Amino acid sequence: MSDVVRTYLESTDSDWFNQRLTILLIFVFSVFAVLVARLVYLQVIEGKEYRRLSEINSIRLQDIDAPRGLMFDRHGKLLVDNRPSFNLHIILKDAKPLDETISKLSRVTGESIEDLEAQIEKNKRQGPYTPILLKEDMGRDLLAAIEVDKYDLPGVVVRVSPRRHYLFTRSAAHMIGYVGEISAGELKLKEYADLKGGDYIGKFGIEKSFETSLRGKRGGKQVEVNANGQVVNVLNTVAAQAGHNIILTIDHQLQTVAEGLLADKSGAVVAMDPNNGEILAMASSPTFDPNWFVVGMTPEQWNGIVANPFRPLENKAIKAEYPPASTYKIVTALAGLEEGVIDANTTFFCPGFYKYGNRIYRCWRRGGHGEVNVVKAIEQSCDVFFYQVGEALGVDRLAKFAKASGLGRRSGVDLDQESDGLVPTKAWKRKRFGTAWQGGETISVSIGQGFNLVTPLQMAKLMAAVANGGTLFKPNLIKSMQSLQDERVVDTVPTMEGNLPVKPENLALVKKGLWSVVNNRRGTAHSSRLKTIEFAGKTGTAQVVGRKTVEGLEEDQIKLMHRDHAWFVAYAPAENPRIAIAVIVEHGEHGSSAAAPIAKALIVAYLNIGEAEAASAGGGQGARAGGPRAETPQKDAVIETPEREDTAPAGGEQIPND
Amino acid sequence: MIDRRLVEYFDWWMLALTAILAGFGLVALYSAIHAGVDTSNANLFTKQIVWYSAGTVVMVVAFLFDFKTYERWGHLYYILCIAMLVAVLLFGKYVGGSRRWLAIGPFTVQPSEMVKLAVIVVLAKYYARVSNINGVGFRELVTPVVLTAIPFALIVKQPDLGTAMVVALIAGAITFYVKIERRTFSCLVAGCALVIPVVWMFLLKGYQKQRVLTFLNPDRDPLGAGYHVIQSKIAVGSGMLAGKGFLKGTQNALDFLPEQHTDFIFSVLAEEWGLIGSLAVMLTFLMLITWGLGIAQRSRDPFGKILAVGVTAMIAWQVFINIGMVMGVMPVVGVTLPFISYGGSSIITMMAGVGLLLNVSMRRFMFEQ
Repeated sequence: MSDVVRTYLESTDSDWFNQRLTILLIFVFSVFAVLVARLVYLQVIEGKEYRRLSEINSIRLQDIDAPRGLMFDRHGKLLVDNRPSFNLHIILKDAKPLDETISKLSRVTGESIEDLEAQIEKNKRQGPYTPILLKEDMGRDLLAAIEVDKYDLPGVVVRVSPRRHYLFTRSAAHMIGYVGEISAGELKLKEYADLKGGDYIGKFGIEKSFETSLRGKRGGKQVEVNANGQVVNVLNTVAAQAGHNIILTIDHQLQTVAEGLLADKSGAVVAMDPNNGEILAMASSPTFDPNWFVVGMTPEQWNGIVANPFRPLENKAIKAEYPPASTYKIVTALAGLEEGVIDANTTFFCPGFYKYGNRIYRCWRRGGHGEVNVVKAIEQSCDVFFYQVGEALGVDRLAKFAKASGLGRRSGVDLDQESDGLVPTKAWKRKRFGTAWQGGETISVSIGQGFNLVTPLQMAKLMAAVANGGTLFKPNLIKSMQSLQDERVVDTVPTMEGNLPVKPENLALVKKGLWSVVNNRRGTAHSSRLKTIEFAGKTGTAQVVGRKTVEGLEEDQIKLMHRDHAWFVAYAPAENPRIAIAVIVEHGEHGSSAAAPIAKALIVAYLNIGEAEAASAGGGQGARAGGPRAETPQKDAVIETPEREDTAPAGGEQIPND
Repeated sequence: MIDRRLVEYFDWWMLALTAILAGFGLVALYSAIHAGVDTSNANLFTKQIVWYSAGTVVMVVAFLFDFKTYERWGHLYYILCIAMLVAVLLFGKYVGGSRRWLAIGPFTVQPSEMVKLAVIVVLAKYYARVSNINGVGFRELVTPVVLTAIPFALIVKQPDLGTAMVVALIAGAITFYVKIERRTFSCLVAGCALVIPVVWMFLLKGYQKQRVLTFLNPDRDPLGAGYHVIQSKIAVGSGMLAGKGFLKGTQNALDFLPEQHTDFIFSVLAEEWGLIGSLAVMLTFLMLITWGLGIAQRSRDPFGKILAVGVTAMIAWQVFINIGMVMGVMPVVGVTLPFISYGGSSIITMMAGVGLLLNVSMRRFMFEQ
């Protein structure tokens, strides 16, 4: 084969193959001729002009910042916008003579020459044509002064850039989050490839999770400048693309009410629409002003935040984990009913305690509840009833239901730093501690104490599912997103995660119990009932154990830190619910007194029944139990019980009727 | 073992031209990294000398063994390169929005540079077997098209349109050299004329069209490529006849140009040395390319001939594209100027190519009667 080729090549090589080479050679020479012609054109014919352009370096790029997307509440109320910030820059190559310019600038701005020079020295490496930022966010007076002296300040330029502004300084701060200057480390990430030093990016909350939608795209101008650095000609413009506007699911009014109720307290509130998972309010207290992160904080401000033992920067609604306490009885009841451990008619006798092995587990009510069925057990939060349900179920069957109810894993809300919570199982304990599960631990877990941990958002999501008949929705913060380029509005479609694994009749029983909690005379939240509307809920009082003592606290503060957390979860109205709520007040002690009134006020605000309530109270019908009452916690009496609950307002030792 | 004739036939001209270009390269690189305020790139000069040394070693290896050895084992190198291109897409480092580099121990290599020689070797091997006086027909074109399309697609995917284009152009030059049968050629031209509009209208998505249009016309991207072209033209033009002098370039000093030590190195040269310096560099390239084609002519072995044309085509295309780009007559693409641009993968590939040219040149006697 190759012999054939070789013979052919050898016979014809000089003529034929060389002919091909000649064509290639002609091609090469032609291309070189073109390139040389071009070179002569640039360097000889146009050379003078290019030399001139190069001497003052007249063609430059200027950025056009993209405005970041705005945020509105569900009714279109503006919550976050951008305001112009006037920034003072100096371009070294144009600022000649430099010393004179700096000293003039120092006189106008009041900044010392040393400070200005230090700032220039620090940024000099960016090159002599890169504007160096001297002062951000100038006031009007200074701006006017600079404009007047413009011609005496060569190379000094004022650039306007949009700056983030949070209109309601402390409202929904944890959820909306804040922007901050991009760090050197972040600049290296691929997702920030388009950005440069000094740019602002979302650092927390929705600002961070929806960074790509909010940011938009920077534009720019190719300009020709004169020897003083002033623009004489705009050669080319690429418009900036504004970021998407976001319409949040929160109701600003409801959010404000929630924050007002939490003021001076440490805790969180989550309100959700049970029909689609939209978050109506998400408050965490204490809070902070996100504008601080934009304009920069004084050391005092920062230390104040960091030293606060109640963690102002933490979004307690999604990050803080608490024992669910009695609110967990909803899960225990559902599990017991579904697994056939109990039914509607099962009763247990509560003498005020339950004996397991050689240990005594107390009910929060020393006198006991007597004969209790599941509805009454929920209504009066009978611990003994649930001890026995839990014991019959075993921890793993209980855990299966808890997990199916959305506990023990992130809710999937679009915020980072969300906690998982914890649903303990035998396998988990073996892995975590290397020891076997103890029967007594099941007793504690069945009433939401022990290893159990939940976040307020998880409880709100669970309550929403109970309210809507069993559908678990992914909590949603974004109602719709609006693109400014094509004016298109994209609505968020509710995401269904699954269903509670319960039969309708069992769910109905539990809902009846939750209704009784508020509306029955002996219910633990009877004092928070509403006259014009019936709602359902469950109280909880979570024991605080082993909290680390925080240094530098006053004695009364330390005492406060050992008080129990107050829970209340609710939905309203009881029929066709429109809002599901979880409230936790840290160290609030009693769910019924500290947390339930907050939920009640939110329901009143959201369902817009404030006036109706006032009118019906004025009618004199229920003056006795109407207003907030000072509750006297019977702390000493129940100190050893694993669960404490407020006594029903009616009090008394008699065994209540069904 | 060493035949005396090997020494006798050693191509000193080729070596000298390469050395001259490397010298130009070092001068330009010194300007590019020392003139600005930012001196953080100062160590690149030393590194470049290391690359030239490594390139020299590779070059010696490339001419020491008979090129018949490379003909026999070339496909293994090709497979290795393809594997590395796949690895780049899987594990490559992201730099400026594309994946081109692969970290191997302490080194980062650019497999898209290495694969150019692989394509040249496998195509030369194939064409040496099938070529005939009438040119190659459709059937013989299938294999070369596949051998080219695989690395082409992998490089486009990075994305690096410039290097992918160079691979295709090299393959095109080799195929042209072995001649396509007349009828086949007409069919191909007609086919392309039909297929390209169809692909454009129905297969490419909007953003892909944008990318191609910007690639062809940098003015569409006035803040990126378009701006670089303007600055580059100012740099070249402002050099005028005699240049601004060594280390006197101002465009270069102001960091207006991206990649001034790699892709835009010619603008640094043109600014400081003017028309005279630029012509000197271009003339040296022209001599080297002509000499490369001369080696192909003098070789008596079909594989050697095609190999020499392939390597020469690689050098020539990159010179055309790079200098054309810097002067604003070619798309702005990441194609280096051979022997002059900074960069290990580029320098070593180019010097390995020179090694192959020397190889073919010094063994031309082997088939003489």
